[in-house]
Amino acid sequence: MDLILNTLTLTIRFSVALMIASMGEMFNQKAGIFNLGCEGIMTMGAFLGLLIPFSYGGAGSVPFGINLLGLLSGAAAGALMGLLFGIIVITFRAPQGIAGIGLQMFGVGLAGTLFRSYIGGSQSITGITAYPIPVLSKIPVVGQILFTHNPIIYICYALVPLAWFIIYKTPWGMKVRAVGTHPRAADSLGINVSRVRYQSLALGGAMAGFAGAFLTLCQAKMFTAEIINGRGFIAVALVYFGQWHPVKIFLGALLFTFAQVLQTQIQIFVPSFQYYEFLTMLPYILVIVVLAFNKESNKLGPAALGKPFNREMRI
Amino acid sequence: MKINHKIIFKVSVILAAVLVALLVGAIMILATGESVFKTYSIIITMPFSNFRTFSEVLVRMIPLTIIALGICVSSRCGINNIGAEGQMAMGIIATTAVAFVVAPLPRFIAIPIAVLVGAIAGGIWGFIPGILKAKLDVSELLSTVMLNYAAAQFYAFMIRVPLIDPNEKTGTPMSARLPESTVLHKLFKGAAVHQGIFLALVLALIVYILLWKTSWGYKMRASGARQRAAKYGGINVSKYLIIAMIISGACAGMAGSVELMGNQGRAMEGITGGYGFSGIVVALFGGLHPAGIIPAAFFFGILLYAQVNLQILTSVPPNLVEALQGLIILIIVAVQMILSNQYLEEKFRKKFFSKKEA
Repeated sequence: MDLILNTLTLTIRFSVALMIASMGEMFNQKAGIFNLGCEGIMTMGAFLGLLIPFSYGGAGSVPFGINLLGLLSGAAAGALMGLLFGIIVITFRAPQGIAGIGLQMFGVGLAGTLFRSYIGGSQSITGITAYPIPVLSKIPVVGQILFTHNPIIYICYALVPLAWFIIYKTPWGMKVRAVGTHPRAADSLGINVSRVRYQSLALGGAMAGFAGAFLTLCQAKMFTAEIINGRGFIAVALVYFGQWHPVKIFLGALLFTFAQVLQTQIQIFVPSFQYYEFLTMLPYILVIVVLAFNKESNKLGPAALGKPFNREMRI
Repeated sequence: MKINHKIIFKVSVILAAVLVALLVGAIMILATGESVFKTYSIIITMPFSNFRTFSEVLVRMIPLTIIALGICVSSRCGINNIGAEGQMAMGIIATTAVAFVVAPLPRFIAIPIAVLVGAIAGGIWGFIPGILKAKLDVSELLSTVMLNYAAAQFYAFMIRVPLIDPNEKTGTPMSARLPESTVLHKLFKGAAVHQGIFLALVLALIVYILLWKTSWGYKMRASGARQRAAKYGGINVSKYLIIAMIISGACAGMAGSVELMGNQGRAMEGITGGYGFSGIVVALFGGLHPAGIIPAAFFFGILLYAQVNLQILTSVPPNLVEALQGLIILIIVAVQMILSNQYLEEKFRKKFFSKKEA
């Protein structure tokens, strides 16, 4: 019983990082940019999420504002890295898959370098602690699962409807979808394709950076260069799984986090189980299986995904 | 005059790219608080200080070359293999397992078998994303990355449970030392470089012949250059995609076997050490051609060896090298686009050469 309850509670708590990163990647892909560097952006965000609270108060507890500053600086670093990626794939029109791997290595390497020279060995922080909502958290079962988290989590969940609203109901969202579907048509209507793509990369990068900072501040409370451990790539895969729709991506993030949390919880509650590497493998295998049996979903993707746009070129 | 401005254009673009890379690298070094000049001079001069350090570069060059050759095949066929890290791990595990079986055989039989098994294991790990791409249209960028993580877990399991060294009492997850009959000998006493370097050079020749002198290679390159045209020309593109991925995976697997048999001597944690990703940089830097890959592998061997020296001699963390590699990828892909842009070249000519030609 504890196993199930813990798994569900942690799923709600841990799915946030994956969900936000994935939502950011959705904005990139809706605008036609395949950003495989998400992993690197998240690592940079994770580093800043640790750096600011740690340099303020070390391992002790720091004011909420400082933690918030950590989250926001993670987002700012992410936005900058998104813009850097934009220079490579929008201005220079480089192939996006391989450039994404470059961005990933650059981000992970840079975060590791800065971490080693400014913080050194592994240091932990207090981070943002859980804050059970007074009355609601006393409800049996549901109370623990839904209402024992820290306040940031609820704000993050509000991003799902917000992302849906931005992408489907605002003029800017319309432009994003236009440049990702038919950039030439968008261009002929006077939309600046490059500018919209840059904007979406900055937004997507900021969300990935925020997700990384969230991971250190609310989940791990420490940093290593391998902290993201493939979440960035899973976030990209989730966009395919969720068929480029915010609500489906949200459900996908819950599912994958559930798989990930379940395997850690089995390790804790059933210590006699010796083959835990195979459990750790599960989420990654799940991604491949889901992508393989989701063949139709590729047709739902933005038509110009991964294709650089050149105004001066004929089709 | 005609050729002149093209060459000057290319050279100046490449020089500008190198400058940008050095400059960003310098900023990163400054951020760590170390002297830029000292760091760069350690990276460049240390490998050439004596034969032992030089052979450290060569020993890193071996797996880099082999992996990059595999990536060259898959990239030429239009499929991005970023799963070399996982394929290499599978090759290492398979070689370790089989090494103890073939140990009683003479060296000249045991070693080829061990390498071949490593290649097969890597090839299988490359076949999975290949067939998923060809038949189910699964993005190879995602499936290969996921298989990297799966392989890493499988590797950790294998060296922790079935293959763990029976004489090791502390429980450190690593295999026993390979039997003597499957160890690749060092070329010189006291230097790390081993016989695997011949395999790397022979493979470079084989890959060159395969890609440019056989009909398979022609069809692969045609599928990579213009997929629809290749299909229209009657080439079974999905078949060649799968073959290219198998070859690519087999190369990575072989790189693992050779690294294990020549350098490490036993399977332990972290043996793949990012070679799979560095191999991508080497392949790109070498222009996806065996003749370019060998010098590129040497250059990146220097960079990887710098990780060791930087840790000992400076306060620069070795992670810097990974950041530099990522930066180099970003710069290479951008530079390639500038170099292939005729419009920019024309603009460059008009700006700097119009007076002379008029």
